Amino acid sequence: MLKIFEQLGGFLTLMYSAFSKPEKAQMYWKETFRQAKDIGVGSLPIIAIVSTFIGGVSAVQFAYQFRSISLVPMWWIGSIVRKGMILELAPTVSALLLAGKVGSNIASELGTMRISEQIDAYEIMGVNTPAYLIGPKIAASVIVVPMLVVIAVALGIIGGWGAGLLGGFFSTTEYFRGVQDGFDGYDVFIMLVKAVLFGFTLSSISCYKGFTVQGGAVEIGKSSTQAVVLSSIVMMIVNFFVAFLLL
Amino acid sequence: MIEIKNIKKNFGSQQVLKGISASFENGKCNLIIGKSGSGKTVTLKCMVGLFEPDEGTILYDGRNITDMDFHARKDIRREIGMLFQGTALFDSLTVEENVQFPLDMFTNQTAAEKLERVNFCLGRVNLPNTNKKYPGELSGGMKKRVGIARAIVMNPKYLFCDEPNSGLDPKTAIVIDHLIKEITLEYNMTTVINTHDMNSVMGIGDKVVFLHEGLKYWEGTNKQIMEITDGELFDFIFASDFLKDLRRNAKY
Repeated sequence: MLKIFEQLGGFLTLMYSAFSKPEKAQMYWKETFRQAKDIGVGSLPIIAIVSTFIGGVSAVQFAYQFRSISLVPMWWIGSIVRKGMILELAPTVSALLLAGKVGSNIASELGTMRISEQIDAYEIMGVNTPAYLIGPKIAASVIVVPMLVVIAVALGIIGGWGAGLLGGFFSTTEYFRGVQDGFDGYDVFIMLVKAVLFGFTLSSISCYKGFTVQGGAVEIGKSSTQAVVLSSIVMMIVNFFVAFLLL
Repeated sequence: MIEIKNIKKNFGSQQVLKGISASFENGKCNLIIGKSGSGKTVTLKCMVGLFEPDEGTILYDGRNITDMDFHARKDIRREIGMLFQGTALFDSLTVEENVQFPLDMFTNQTAAEKLERVNFCLGRVNLPNTNKKYPGELSGGMKKRVGIARAIVMNPKYLFCDEPNSGLDPKTAIVIDHLIKEITLEYNMTTVINTHDMNSVMGIGDKVVFLHEGLKYWEGTNKQIMEITDGELFDFIFASDFLKDLRRNAKY
């Protein structure tokens, strides 16, 4: 129990330092853009593929269930896929994928920098290392994850449409009638809240795990795994509370 | 000049530094030597501020850094250059970007001025035309040279080198030693080198501090070391029986 509080204290202290005043704002912006490019462009293919197929599978599964209940019109599938993607599937699945890809990458990158004394080298130069190495990663993640989630929603809806057409469950007109039916902007707000919180959670936990690693290659591997597991768990808890409080 | 006074450092119940005092002179290569675990690296890390000593003071030309907070130390840190054991070059940056990084972060020089300074430093360590290479493309000796170039790019008053010869062949190690010595004299820096390479001790050790079990055991010049005939320092310098016999039979 004491260790948990110790780690929580360490995490909060590190976050405080990460958002302290930068030495030279231009360098921090440059680093933030570089991180945003790495996280965004690097993760786009996997997010695109997974979200397209999730949308497709959602459409097929609901079509399968609706067939046995002949009273439910098939155009509802468009509405269900849209709502499911916006409220839960796109933000949650994207965040879990990013925790695996980006989170482990951040933790191992910072861990390697720690072990190879690169972080010490920055410190000796007088650089505020949490602010320079962690701040831009978190900022980039908080900006880019919502963008990726929006793309995931769009591709999920397209995936559902493609799968429905392929299976002959509905026409294009029927599907997009459903997609537009009962659209509520509040759903998008909740999606964005989740995406921002997930972006912060996965990057901050991964940064903490990587930045504080001690030892060698084995410890870097362990910290990388811990970063993925812990950020996934925390994101699911955050997900529950967002749904519970905002829906 | 850098002075350390009664430095003590514990890690848990383990007392690593038990009260070390020494002074490191300007314009000289000051060597800290000792067996593995004697406290050399901890002493060096305390001096540069990577570790906080539990007790004692560290004076940079009279300025006590142990009393300073992060922001107050920044000014002194700009006057420090450090060559790390594993070079600690930034993997994702090219040689040019590595050397230029402190200039980017702490100066308002134009791109042309920065490039001129970077090229001067790379030329000084005999590494021209490597600007666009990444650290992964360089040999161990070349990485050390880039590390030195990065350490001197801000014209430091104090240069720290942690095991500058580790992982290098004897010939390259001597070249790196001489480069450090030349730069020390050229820029009149206070250079502190942590090593257990005897070639370095004999070649560039203007002043040598020998640590043993967390205490300063001996202090002198490389010439005086040759007059030692027994004790911990003798065992350390002349580690093998072959060298011991050679020393005992030699006339100085």
